[in-house]
Amino acid sequence: MNYGPKPWRQTNWDFRAAFNFIFGGSGAGLLVFVALSGLGGDAMRAEVLLGMALIGAGLISVWFEIGRPWRAMNVGFNPFTSWMTRESFAAGAVFALGLAAAWLASAALAQAAAVAALVFAYCQGRILQAAKGIPSWRLPALGWLNFTTALAEGAGLYVTLAAWFDTPAPGMLAYFSLALIARGLAWSIYRAGVAKTAARPALAALDRAGKLLIQFGSIAPLALLLLGLIAGDVARIAALLAGAAALATGWQFKFVLIARAAYNQGFSLPHLPVRGTR
Amino acid sequence: MTRWAMVADLRRCVGCQTCTASCKHANATPPGVQWRRVLDLEAGQYPAVKRAFVPVGCMHCEDPPCMEVCPSTATRKRPDGIVTIDYDLCIGCSYCAVACPYQARYKTDRASYAYGEATAAEQLRFDPARLAVATKCTFCVERIDAGTATGLTPGVDPEATPACVNACITQTMSFGDIEDPHSNVSRLLAENQYFRMHEELGTGPGFYYIWDKKDNI
Repeated sequence: MNYGPKPWRQTNWDFRAAFNFIFGGSGAGLLVFVALSGLGGDAMRAEVLLGMALIGAGLISVWFEIGRPWRAMNVGFNPFTSWMTRESFAAGAVFALGLAAAWLASAALAQAAAVAALVFAYCQGRILQAAKGIPSWRLPALGWLNFTTALAEGAGLYVTLAAWFDTPAPGMLAYFSLALIARGLAWSIYRAGVAKTAARPALAALDRAGKLLIQFGSIAPLALLLLGLIAGDVARIAALLAGAAALATGWQFKFVLIARAAYNQGFSLPHLPVRGTR
Repeated sequence: MTRWAMVADLRRCVGCQTCTASCKHANATPPGVQWRRVLDLEAGQYPAVKRAFVPVGCMHCEDPPCMEVCPSTATRKRPDGIVTIDYDLCIGCSYCAVACPYQARYKTDRASYAYGEATAAEQLRFDPARLAVATKCTFCVERIDAGTATGLTPGVDPEATPACVNACITQTMSFGDIEDPHSNVSRLLAENQYFRMHEELGTGPGFYYIWDKKDNI
């Protein structure tokens, strides 16, 4: 038995930090799916720029949270152990390669930017995993959930944009489906692990967000994609709705994860002091 | 090799918060910031209620998660085990605060004073370098360094000992070199049963809690 005050919600990172994970993940995922799609010309340029803009918006959001914003360059001083430093390096690579890809309309550079974006999304997951003070973050399974939701959100955004202008290619819808399934599996593994470590209110918040992630972020989009396969005349609107649902549920999950379900470790005494007779 | 450590005998603590007050005085921390604080715990149900007072703060871990995550290298660990923060390097990202399992880190974005306006003492001791960056217990590292430089022994000579230890009215808190088998802290740990907070996380805290004597003593 342990004694001590119950964990309470951390207030060090708020919605500004959450936006870094929300926009950063979606932007990185979009860059990956643009590279997979083989888009070229102005369409590729626009989507690469949108992906970078999202990552940039996330970084600007977190810049507003740090106490000494004019020292922000110091973030790059610890690549040896800090995943935040590594994330900043990956972001630099994304911007350099993405801008070059957009400038030259180069598919090869867009693919290189996508690789950097994958590293960026992976670093974001590891940032959370390294936060030992938050039991619902420090699980290795969260790294993969963060990674797969970035891919699912990016795919959802890509499919939404594609469906807005035209019917998305079947291959991209297949990739989108795989990302949704991977995210659903990652959530299941994470949920099994977090139940053993997280505080009760944290688990309740995660369960509500996870329910939306599975029902409206995985099952409903997959059902819509299936409907599109069966009924071709609604394929476009079904894909658009599926993409938007995958994106929105990923965003709400990450907001809850960072700003609502992040309860600290609390204090815990394995023994109480023995005074007088034992 | 020296490894400075703190030992708190939970059987002795009466929860008077003198350590908290002396820390605030020694380190001029603003309202709401308590580098050394004392938890007041109650366990059980009437009439079998037990109460414990638990001094907490930075545990100066062997493997500090705050140092690992710090992107600016502002948080470092000295060879003697004291974990420090370079206020001029810190960007105030609070990553260390979420990485610390002991809720030991604070960030104050604006200057604040106990009575609204700064008193003369607060004006004199205000340090703008500590605004919007991470702060925490330093084990009164300046006192340790100044003391050892003049041949004093931290934990034995008050001039070289952390303020909270000096101020403790019940001798709950002890400070010393845990690598020295003859030090006060090593003797206390040899004679008593103790634990460290959240030991299972593998951080190796430098803060030990005594809760009972050893069976064979």
